[in-house]
Amino acid sequence: MIVATLKEIDEIRKMIDRYDSVLVVGCDSCVAECAAGGSRETMLLASALKLSYMKDHQNPTITEAVLDRQCVDDFIDQIANQVPDHEAILSLGCGAGVQALARVYRDKPVIPALNTLFIGETQSRGVWQENCLGCGNCKLGFFGAVCPVARCSKKLMNGPCGGSKGGRCEVHPEISCGWDLIIRRLDALGELDRLTEYVPPVDWSTSHSGGPRKVIREDQQP
Amino acid sequence: MKTESQLEKVLRAGRFAVTAECGPPKGSNVEILKEKGKHLLGLIDAVNVTDNQTAIVRMSSVAACSILKGMGHEPILQMVTRDRNRIALQSDIFGAYALGIRNVLCLTGDHQTFGNQKEATGVFDLDSIQLLKTVKDMRDEEKIIGGESIQGPPRMFIGAAANPFADPVDWRVVRLAKKINAGADFIQTQCIFNMDRFEKFMNQAREMGLTEKAFILAGITPFKSVGMARYMAEKVAGMDIPEELVKRMAGTPKEKQAEEGIKIAVEFIQRFREIKGVAGIHLMAIEWEHKVPEILEKAGLVPAARN
Repeated sequence: MIVATLKEIDEIRKMIDRYDSVLVVGCDSCVAECAAGGSRETMLLASALKLSYMKDHQNPTITEAVLDRQCVDDFIDQIANQVPDHEAILSLGCGAGVQALARVYRDKPVIPALNTLFIGETQSRGVWQENCLGCGNCKLGFFGAVCPVARCSKKLMNGPCGGSKGGRCEVHPEISCGWDLIIRRLDALGELDRLTEYVPPVDWSTSHSGGPRKVIREDQQP
Repeated sequence: MKTESQLEKVLRAGRFAVTAECGPPKGSNVEILKEKGKHLLGLIDAVNVTDNQTAIVRMSSVAACSILKGMGHEPILQMVTRDRNRIALQSDIFGAYALGIRNVLCLTGDHQTFGNQKEATGVFDLDSIQLLKTVKDMRDEEKIIGGESIQGPPRMFIGAAANPFADPVDWRVVRLAKKINAGADFIQTQCIFNMDRFEKFMNQAREMGLTEKAFILAGITPFKSVGMARYMAEKVAGMDIPEELVKRMAGTPKEKQAEEGIKIAVEFIQRFREIKGVAGIHLMAIEWEHKVPEILEKAGLVPAARN
């Protein structure tokens, strides 16, 4: 899923203070799972904004709405009736959701309420771990299903570097050394031999380095 | 001889080699660099010129190598993959060779969050082992990445770093082997303070035949004070400093600590010379280049004694 976190109210206000009416739109997919932009967080943010404006003796119209997915037109259309009554949309979607809303509602400013962070997993309650950079050339099969591109701070393909200590990364003690994880897992699977081969330079052209990517599948088109 | 490197010549002749580190200034002041270089001139076989060490912005390694070469030094160009992609790295190899630089040390580099530009993007297009193989292919196959041929191959003597003390410990020799197989002609190790672990590492390296394939130079850093020993033990990535060494520094009166630090370094150098497969030392006297002559003299490693 896409993992995101809520921005500070002050930062959001700097972007929306100029509007008299704002439609606050949550997304009940990824950002609900990471407790940043689902129904509950949308309600909480709308209330917090109302309180914040009340303190300043202001009373803009703040309306809530939640879409099942902010990145698919079929769902985005569900707020078509509410959008015209508001000057702007405040999105609790990920960066893709914000941009999809802006594409559909082209005459409305769309403001992000979240910082979109990464593709990751819910590792335990309240803990989300980045584990995929979407490089477009998955090699997890060679690395014991631990990604060196996402889990090593230096994206080393022939790691680990000299800064790995006690399973921790040199960048921060809270970061697990990705290469320590790779070696332990392949050792446990009896597949350490996979790591003795030289891994040549990565082809980054399939990643964002090749420019914004697009998947076009004719078999899925009407 | 694979190259015209003076360092290669010394190592292939079986002489105990001495390299030392010289950090370029944080600015464009050539005199500071020359002053540091002066202390080392005529005493060492090659000088390592660091590449924005610990991610602190400094004069470029290529430029500093060229200036030191002009003074009569044999420079080793340190190159990290943190700041440049494969286009810039290969281009700088061409340029460095054109300027007369004959040695390169291929590194990944400390992460940018350690330095004074914490908000920078880390490039890491290649890793250090991929850079080794790239330089080797440029030299031996006369090809850049992707297989295009080149005009005038850079005939570099290629080095890599090794840290015998990082984790996972069992993996360190495997990684050393990977570096040597990828093209490392010489290895300079991280600063060694834990002699027992280093001896084990060298035993493993010998058993795997690695000391026959590459020249291993043992890294040494003299402590200036107990504060420095503590700082390195606690804050510097990849260090293994036994408590007894820190205690020995702490038990020395403040005014004698620098002397004691040099004494420890000299003792270590003498032990390195006894270890089979250690082809020389790499002296990293951080911002203490002027002490290198004294250390070498006390260790019995003045040039005339190394033949």
